[in-house]
Amino acid sequence: MSDINSGSGLFGVKGSGDTSGYGGLVQQSLNQGSSERPYGSYFDEVADELERAYPLFSDAIEKVIVDRGELTLFVKRERILDVAKILRDTPTLRFEILLGVSGVHYPEEKGRELHAIYPLLSITNNRRIRLEVTAPESDPHIPSLVEVWAGNNWNERETFDMFGIIFDGHPALTRILMPDDWPGHPQRKDYPLGGIEVEYKGAVIPPPDRRRSYK
Amino acid sequence: MSSNETYFDPYASSRETTEGTVYSVTGGDWDQVATEIGQNKEERVVVNMGPQHPSTHGVLRLMLELEGETITECRCGIGYLHTGIEKNCEYRTWTQGVTFVTRMDYLAPLFNETAYCLGVEKLLGVTEDVPERATVIRVMMMELNRISSHMVALGTGALELGALTPMLFAFREREKVLDLFELISGLRMNMAYIRPGGVAQDLPAGALSKITETIKDLRKNFKDNENLLVGNSIWMKRTKDVGYLDLAGCTTLGVTGPVLRATGLPWDLRKTQPYCGYENYQFDVITATSADSYGRFLIRVNELEQSLRIVEQCVAKLEKSEGSPVMISDKKIAWPAQLALGGDGLGNSLEHIRKIMGESMEALIHHFKLVTEGFRVPAGQVYTAVESPRGELGVHLVSDGGTRPYRVHFREPSFNNLQSTAAMCEGGQIADVVAAVASIDPVMGGVDR
Repeated sequence: MSDINSGSGLFGVKGSGDTSGYGGLVQQSLNQGSSERPYGSYFDEVADELERAYPLFSDAIEKVIVDRGELTLFVKRERILDVAKILRDTPTLRFEILLGVSGVHYPEEKGRELHAIYPLLSITNNRRIRLEVTAPESDPHIPSLVEVWAGNNWNERETFDMFGIIFDGHPALTRILMPDDWPGHPQRKDYPLGGIEVEYKGAVIPPPDRRRSYK
Repeated sequence: MSSNETYFDPYASSRETTEGTVYSVTGGDWDQVATEIGQNKEERVVVNMGPQHPSTHGVLRLMLELEGETITECRCGIGYLHTGIEKNCEYRTWTQGVTFVTRMDYLAPLFNETAYCLGVEKLLGVTEDVPERATVIRVMMMELNRISSHMVALGTGALELGALTPMLFAFREREKVLDLFELISGLRMNMAYIRPGGVAQDLPAGALSKITETIKDLRKNFKDNENLLVGNSIWMKRTKDVGYLDLAGCTTLGVTGPVLRATGLPWDLRKTQPYCGYENYQFDVITATSADSYGRFLIRVNELEQSLRIVEQCVAKLEKSEGSPVMISDKKIAWPAQLALGGDGLGNSLEHIRKIMGESMEALIHHFKLVTEGFRVPAGQVYTAVESPRGELGVHLVSDGGTRPYRVHFREPSFNNLQSTAAMCEGGQIADVVAAVASIDPVMGGVDR
């Protein structure tokens, strides 16, 4: 991601006029490099076990981020199915439950605009990790995980509906929340929120996406 | 109509398709249609249930393919309550997000708010700074909410199976809990009471004694429903061995909450991954081993008592912490004023107005900035989960460092659990669909968001 998300000052003020006293703070960018070992907590163990069970580990895992006590593994989309099966089936890992998939659209991140984020839960070991897979907007294909966790069926349909990520191998990838003939994918950043102007006592209030924006 | 070419029945029309004749029946002369359908050897009867059907537990559409009374295929149609809350959140401040997310699962608004606020606090890195009293109030409100939500689950579940009286009893008790919500937050539902950093306002005078009174009342009156349904032979015949889903089915489908606990697995995030200090409370995780609708019903009935136990412990804690703060002390995050009841209703406390308008320029600036612009949240993403009445309610939040969320996603237990309808119903009787869906207890506001 470019530095569009980094900035300085608590209230985003530029130049003088900072009354908040937080003008000296520098905001970190959303784009982080891979975390260094040791990751802490059980994260090292998970990474080690996965590496042991999966010979292509270094090829499949693009980066590992440990942030705010949570582990995120960035997985290449060609390898996500293998990694998912190993995470579920390896006795020392045993991530039995996939808690759905959440999409995020980063238009500034060229070639990796669409992200799919999979939170995993292991009941056996009482652990959580997160997988993140990216795909370019021009080729929005990510392998489906329905064959590994059947419950991801509706979640993938929702992410397809909202972000236009096509999950290859999904048994019936159709819209789920929006009507079947709906054009576009509403949760993408270039999709307008919509809304109309509202007049109240002579003043006109613009719809939320056209109001003054603080940044 | 083959018998009479000129006759057209508006309730039972038929049309030719590439797959043969399709009969659409919405009422009218069933005998005539049945005779005609009967002439076709390869009959498939598809019955549409909902979305405005009183037994589908909300605006849920079920498409059932039948062979006689047996269901061969079951599909759900959802999306009728889709409101675009997740998208809307991206255009408001982090604090305003609470007002949106509380409307998702409208029977468990306080769980939505808490899960969201825990996520925002984790992003801000202030989880430890939330005042103890605010956390205890959150727990108390959530457990009261669990009671009111289970009351609807039990009441409407019974109603859908034809038992009217339990519904009356359940809603009578639910009303008492909603009265407490109104007393404490000002609203019966969608309260936006829990805010990033704490809660919107402290408990009003006399709230704790009212709660203690209500607990006594509820504990006594819960017996009414228990006496009606637990061990009732008709109720057991309708729910026992109906909607069966075992542990393997639950894990592969991502089903959590009472449905998962009915398989015998004591998985409750309040115990296994405590948040909001749940490790400091005494309560039991209720399980059943039958993995059917009756087991889930028993779990809900018994969880009521456990919630009451937690509320009692909260009241004891709150009595001791009277007067301590309920909002984080960091003035760059904390909502600038506690609400107060004035002559014209609930609003900013007059004392606060006097201070910012007359005494402290800094306080005025803070108030203005926080209310119009909101606070900035450091970039990153988190996933937080709470145990809602229906299972794991997860919140995935992404911040780009701005004053608005970059992405808000709710992992709704209703959405995931509803997926198991087909696994529970196929091969069963059509009447059992109602029992199975009721035992999942989906709330369509949460499913569709």
